[in-house]
Amino acid sequence: MIALLTRDLKLAMRAGGGFGLGLAFFLIVVTLVPFGVGPQSDLLSKIAPGILWLGALLACLLSLDRIFALDWEDGSLDLLATSPLPMEGIVTVKALAHWLTTGLPLVLAAPLFGLLLSLPTPGYAPLVLSLLLGTPALSVIGTFGAALTVGLKRGGLLLSLLVLPLYVPTLIFGAEMARRGVEGLDTTTPLLMLAGITCGTIALLPFASAAVLKVNLR
Amino acid sequence: MNLNALWQYANPKKFIQTTEKVLPLFSVLAVVCLVVGLIWGFFFTPEDYRQGSTVKIIYLHVPAALMAINVWLMMLVTSLIWIVRRHHVSALAARAAAPIGAVMTVIALATGAIWGQPMWGTWWAWDPRLTSFLILFLFYLGYIALWEAIENDDTAADLTSILCLVGSVFALLSRYAVNFWNQGLHQGASLSLDKEENVADVFWYPLLVCIAGFVLFFIALVLLRTRTEIRARRMRALLARERMG
Amino acid sequence: MMPDLGKYAEAVLSSYAVSLALLIVLVWLSLRRSAKVAKQLEDIEQKARKNG
Repeated sequence: MIALLTRDLKLAMRAGGGFGLGLAFFLIVVTLVPFGVGPQSDLLSKIAPGILWLGALLACLLSLDRIFALDWEDGSLDLLATSPLPMEGIVTVKALAHWLTTGLPLVLAAPLFGLLLSLPTPGYAPLVLSLLLGTPALSVIGTFGAALTVGLKRGGLLLSLLVLPLYVPTLIFGAEMARRGVEGLDTTTPLLMLAGITCGTIALLPFASAAVLKVNLR
Repeated sequence: MNLNALWQYANPKKFIQTTEKVLPLFSVLAVVCLVVGLIWGFFFTPEDYRQGSTVKIIYLHVPAALMAINVWLMMLVTSLIWIVRRHHVSALAARAAAPIGAVMTVIALATGAIWGQPMWGTWWAWDPRLTSFLILFLFYLGYIALWEAIENDDTAADLTSILCLVGSVFALLSRYAVNFWNQGLHQGASLSLDKEENVADVFWYPLLVCIAGFVLFFIALVLLRTRTEIRARRMRALLARERMG
Repeated sequence: MMPDLGKYAEAVLSSYAVSLALLIVLVWLSLRRSAKVAKQLEDIEQKARKNG
């Protein structure tokens, strides 16, 4: 499975691999927000945690169809299915690869984007921590959605429709944690809920994703 | 009653035959209950002390909201039956029920919002209950869209049933998350009438009739739509066989 | 016969109108599809019987 992971990471890093596109999209969203709501920094400070979370979430969303698309097209997904690796493991590795190439860079870039949106100083650490805890869930849930729509041409919009409602709990607790951090309030509850959701999805959702892939590979 | 005997209706042909006889009955009952309940509630109940005549909206809002949730639960059960016992009628019943549930959700949202307007002075409020229903509507849309997107009937049934399962867990999670998200703002004032509150008898009885009417309406309509799905599936199978010569 | 809905008349009446409209449209579309599919199925089954 490590081999699968390194292979996926290498593929993502290559020229057409899409690495960095997520970051670029995040930047674009952050840049567009002041155009949409006005440049007053006190307004931006208020909405910064939410916007940063939304930007990260949308950037994750856009890279989801890559998770299985290439392997589906050239038949390597079929090969993987017949290998001795359990499908649940394959799906988890795919999610991990997605997180390493999309989620984690977003987490690391968030403070920089926070600057652009006048994020108040106490907010930086809680924001980064909340993204760190939450983005793995986004990858795992996104992998489930990608598995559902893997065979479909132009399944992108359907993928978004399926995945975005599933993102709501993570978004609510992640953004709340970031907001409370900005105001110096206690972040324990949303943090625990966020971590709980992430752990739960990592532990359980791969089974559903594996079942879905097996159906689609029939 | 022997519960095992219910499984014979999983046979598509038997289902169509039985519903042929039963559907008219449910339809008539549904219409009667709805008409009686709504007329009773609209014309023959007093105004509420606090909410004025808007209390009359509960005769639509509460049953619709209840159905929005219960239809999803029915879809969950029928999806599980499909996963475990592979009865096509079950999968098709879930498919048939989804648009009904979606419409119920929209009615709950619309009546909730319209009710909110005179109460809150705003056409939409991110009240936890309304917000949860909005999310539920999105789940319905995704489920329906997935059925439409997949050509192979069995694959569609499998994928949508797994989606229903996963969606149910997340819908529940969302409910708690949304409550947490909006707990601080509208303390104690929810837009819908809780049954646990003192709903006076004079409102309660017509409400019960309306709820019964909506339930019967759902049963009649889902039976009709499931019959359609069974026929559509048979049609697709015949067409496929024809194409293969 | 019409109850005096007071200042909330608009709200109450529009919620009834919207809800009933949605229900009626749902039923109508379901009936229409049902009839269409039933007819199509019969056509195909007749064809199959003739060629059968």
